[in-house]
This record gives sequence, structure tokens and C-alpha cells, in this order.
Amino acid sequence: MNAVGPLSEEGLIRLLTHTGERVENDFFSHYAADLTPERLRGFWRDMMVTRAFDSEATSLQRQGELGLWVESRGQEAAQVGSGAVLRGEDYAFPSYREHGVALQRGVDLPDILKVFRGLQHGAWVPSEHSFHLYTLVIGAHTLHATGYAMAMDRDGLVATGDPSRDGAVMCYFGDGATAQGDVNEALIFAAVNNAPIVFFCQNNQFAISEPTTRQSKVALAERGKGVGIPSVRVDGNDVIASYAVSNWAMQYARSGAGPVFVEAFTYRMGAHTTSDDPTRYRSKAEEEYWIERDPISRLTTYLESIGELPDEFRAAVEAEGKALGKRTREAVKSWERPPLLTMFDHAYAEPHSTVDAERAWFERYERSFTEAHS
Amino acid sequence: MSQMTLASAINAGLRAAMERDPKVLLMGEDIGALGGVFRVTDGLHKDFGEARVMDTPLAESGIVGTAIGMAMRGYRSVIEIQFDGFIFPAFDQITTSLAKMHYRSAGNITLPIVIRVPFAGGIGAVEHHSESPEVLFAHTAGLRVVSPATPQDGYDMIQQAIACPDPVMFFEPKARYWDKGDVDTDRVVAQLAEPNGTALATAEMSSGRVAREGSDVTLVAYGPTVRVALQAAAVAEQEGRSVEVIDLRSLSPLDSATVTRSAKKTGRVVIVHEAPTAYGSGAEIAARVMEESFFHLHAPVLRVGGFHTPYPGSKFEHDYLPNLDRVLDAVDRVLTH
Repeated sequence: MNAVGPLSEEGLIRLLTHTGERVENDFFSHYAADLTPERLRGFWRDMMVTRAFDSEATSLQRQGELGLWVESRGQEAAQVGSGAVLRGEDYAFPSYREHGVALQRGVDLPDILKVFRGLQHGAWVPSEHSFHLYTLVIGAHTLHATGYAMAMDRDGLVATGDPSRDGAVMCYFGDGATAQGDVNEALIFAAVNNAPIVFFCQNNQFAISEPTTRQSKVALAERGKGVGIPSVRVDGNDVIASYAVSNWAMQYARSGAGPVFVEAFTYRMGAHTTSDDPTRYRSKAEEEYWIERDPISRLTTYLESIGELPDEFRAAVEAEGKALGKRTREAVKSWERPPLLTMFDHAYAEPHSTVDAERAWFERYERSFTEAHS
Repeated sequence: MSQMTLASAINAGLRAAMERDPKVLLMGEDIGALGGVFRVTDGLHKDFGEARVMDTPLAESGIVGTAIGMAMRGYRSVIEIQFDGFIFPAFDQITTSLAKMHYRSAGNITLPIVIRVPFAGGIGAVEHHSESPEVLFAHTAGLRVVSPATPQDGYDMIQQAIACPDPVMFFEPKARYWDKGDVDTDRVVAQLAEPNGTALATAEMSSGRVAREGSDVTLVAYGPTVRVALQAAAVAEQEGRSVEVIDLRSLSPLDSATVTRSAKKTGRVVIVHEAPTAYGSGAEIAARVMEESFFHLHAPVLRVGGFHTPYPGSKFEHDYLPNLDRVLDAVDRVLTH
């Protein structure tokens, strides 16, 4: 593919080629120096487990158990590589496809499906995982992330003098979001406030059916540069480069140097959601080109080439994926809707007479059926 | 007790809240050295510094969105939207994120943010500077919507709004900024110091008040129209008619009990607001009066408000807005029954 503009591969930082060969980068190799074979096997495991879960969720949607599912297939390297650098005081704001990051942040993946089964809007306690809820309003959370980062700075969590204690925010969004006003405002607020935040844009080349060329005339990383934010393009299907660039970017932000924009160039191998039909807007040849660049098989090839992917490890990870799929399926089918009246809970933190009156009326109404039959 | 204008009472309330809680921040456009276009934040930048009185980029969505992120770390931002008609770039953040976060996080995230909006007309302003968009927010679950009509309420309610854990839309009637009144600066401070001060403050902020007692007709008003309602009641009294005036103070929640009590007493209700009457707050109030006091009514509930047009040029506003004559006309009409 010899694409131009926002779909060009020009300037992408890459440490692992799509054929699985390790290459060096003068600046960024240093930021991947701590990736021992054991850690790389950990990445491989995380990507495999994420994909197994993703695939199970798609099946569950097809079987009518979920209202919708949002696949992450193809973006595992960008997500696992960037999510792996988060630690201590760091806080992440996902969009809604960051299942690989959720795994890194310790969210029990099946819990995500409570949202897609329609049981609740938020399926985990954000502060417990330093991982905000998924946000479906495109780009809205980039402002929340920026404000959170501004507050971290006020709270003395940045440039503490001990780099191991510093924190910053990692904010995920996609190529479509870069056209939103909120994302552009977030970049401006972060820049003028020198906020400790990494804007991690996964350019998966599609906003549902619209290619990135509908969102931008130039590489998306140029958006960051336009407001004075250092910006990097990385091969988002290369988990080592995704880790290295994210590692550098978060260190930069934690040190008090200000925000960073990372564009991870990747490909949404699946549909936008289970309601989408990519055959209407992209070619088989294009999909095949990207299957050859699958982020997982690239790492598989590399680990095999250096003799660091023993059969027993592979078998254990595959078994883990299967077990997670089974546990996911059983969990989803076991969930009961909470009592009806809980739909009134938490609309407000303090009592609100309208909600209280409506809940009281609805309770009487519901009870009238039980009483009529008893 | 001291004499204050509404603007200076809100300023004093902001100052008191900032002194009480270092997490209270002000955010907005031109609120720093300038003190805001209406000078409501006058002197606060000088005394609290730019870390607590933040002049922001000119991006309303950005202001609200970053305030949400800061609130997730315990900061309580009080945002000034420069004018009513300029709130719409922030409408998405307010209605899709701010209003819903507590609900969607199952109560794990509270966003105690106050959005101050100088609103309504009557000051001879240009386009987009005289609008009354309060119902758009009252219709959104998760937000509280209040409007002070007096300096005392300006002082009290801004502090109660800041103390409230829910997001509060705080609509300030800009034409009343320069009206003076007595302000007791101690009572609300003592209330907030109570062990259950937040609950007490929220409940009081959510309640209406009888601004004038009467027995023949009830006038329901809030914010900028409380004054014209009181004027109408005074004129009607000279004609031998006893008019009760309810100052709602809060649209979300709506203090139905106070309205219903009065409606049952007088049997005649007129609602007065500056916003267009079509789908306005008067429609909701009329529906509740019907539901809760139908058999006590002697006359149809009437509404006096703006027309279903964009806000006209200021040379028309005296007639577009519910002025004294139009309010008295409605009082006459309900009394023909």
C-alpha cells in the first residue's frame, strides 16, 4: 500500500518489521531495552488473551447475548504495548475499544460485557484500576483526561524529584476523534497548561466506514505539532515500538516537560462493531494486506526466531484463552438484571424530588400487579 | 446585614467558598484581571492568584470538559460562561458527560461543578446576549438548575451550589446584577458548618419561597421575572386584588409542593418567565398544577413569557419580555373566571 497523507507509513517508528525482524532506532531502542524475552512473552500472552476474549464476545453478540460488541482485533499491539508502560500514579482514559489496555489495568475482561449486555453503563470502579470508564461520545473524554492531568500537576504528582514516583495520564482515542472539536480543545488546553498527558491516537484507518482521509489531509501527528506538542508516529502493529514510544512519551510527561501526541498507525481488522459491514467499503485485497501485518503473528515469528516461544508456553496461553472464553460465556449467561427500581439510583448524589416522586410512583405501579395476583 | 448588589453578593459568596475550601477554583473567560465582563469575579484573581482564578482558552466545551477531569481529583470548579447564548459549544459536555457521570459510574464519580450563566434580557444587548436557555438543562436528568432573584439568594445559593455534590447550572439574571438588597452573610455559613450541612444546603437551594402572600391569584416566577411579578402584585393590590408571588429559585428539582399549596389556596395560577412559553418551564409547572390541584382551580393556568422567535433586537425587548402590562393582563384574565 503506497498511501499518502494520513494513511502513509512515512516516519513510523518501527523496532519489529512485519516479517518479524528486530530493527534498531537510534533514539527509541533505548526505551525498549528493558524488554526481556520473558516480558515479550508476557505481551504475546496479553495479546492472545485479549483476542480470545474479543472473539468470544463477538460470538456472544451473534448468539443474541449482547446488544453490541466492539472488536479490538488488529489493535492489540498498540494497546498492550502502550498499556504496559502504565504504573503507580498513572491514569488512563480509554475510548471504547481498549480491551487490551483494560487487561493491562487489571479489569476482569468479562465485566466489560455488562455494558454491552445492557446491565449498566460502567462496569468497573475507575479509581480501583486507574482506568476511566469507556466513553462512547467520540473525543469527549480527551478533555476529562486533560483536566485530570492538570489536577495531577496541581497535586504534586509530576516532576516530584523522584522519577519512579512521578505520574501522568494516557488518553486513548481514534482517527475519527481527531476531527472533533473536543480533541482539538484538549490539545490546546494541555499545551497551554503544560499538562502531563500522552494523547495516544490509534489510527486504525476507519471511523466506521470513513477512511482517515475524510478526517485529515495530513498525518494525524501533525495535529499535535500544530499546537506545539511533540508528536511521534509509531507502527501500532509493532508491540515493541508501541511500548518504546509510549515509554518515552510517559517519561516525558511525568517529568513535567508537558504533553505528547503519539499516533499509532494500525488497522481495524474487524468491523467497527457487530452492526457494521466492512465489505461495503473496503476490499478483500486490503484486508489481506493487513492480515499479513497482524500484530500477533509478527511477534510470534520474532519470538520463534530467537527460540523464545516454547511449545508448552504456547499451549498454556492457548488454554488460558479458551478458559477465559468459557468463563466469559458462562458469566454473561448467568447475569440477571438488577431489580428494576435500581434504574433510578445515582441519577443524583443528593435527593432530587422529581426522581424521588417518580420512583415512588413506579414502585406503587409495579406493586399493584403483584397485589392484584396475590 | 449589609447592603449588596446581586453581583457583589455572588462575588462575596464565591470569596467565602474559596476561603473555606482550597479545592474551589474559578474557570472562565476574562474572569481574571478583568473580573469578568460583569465584574462578578472582581478582585478574586488578585487575592487568590491565577492558579485558583483561571483565565481559560476561549473554548466553552474545553472549560467544562477539563473541569470534569479536575473534579475527578476532587477539585470544585465554578465556571463562568460569559453569556447565555455562548453556552452551546459546551452543551455536549454538559448534557452527555457532566450530567451523566454520576449515574453511569454507579455513584463512583461525583462532579461537584457549578456553571454560572449570566442570562435573560433587558439590558439592551446585541444578539446572543439575552437568552434564557434554562429549560434545556432542566430537561436533562443529572443536572440541578437554580436561579437567584435577590442579593441574599445570590450570596446563599452560590455557596450552597458549590457545596452540592451534583453539577449545578446557576442562572444569574443579568438585568438584576445591580439591584441592591440586605444580605445576612452569617446564616448560610453556619448552615454549611453543620454536620449535615451539604444535605441541608442542597435541600434549601432546591426549594421555592413565597415572596409575597396573597389569596386571589398565584404568580409563579424565578430569576429575572420575580421583580415584575412583585410589581404586578403591588399594582393589583391597589385594585383590590390579592396576589401571591412564588419565587421558584430552583427549576430542577421543581418545588411542586410550594406551588401546589399556593394553587390550592388561590385556584388561579399564572407563570411568568422570559424564555419562550412553547415547551418552556411554564408548561411543566402548568402540568404539575393540573395533576396535583385540578379540582381546586377556578381558571385555566396561564403563561406569560417570550415568543417563539429568536430573541429580537433590543428595541423590541421591552415588548417581547413579560412586562408589567402583560403580567397584569394575565392576572385579569384568570380573574374573569
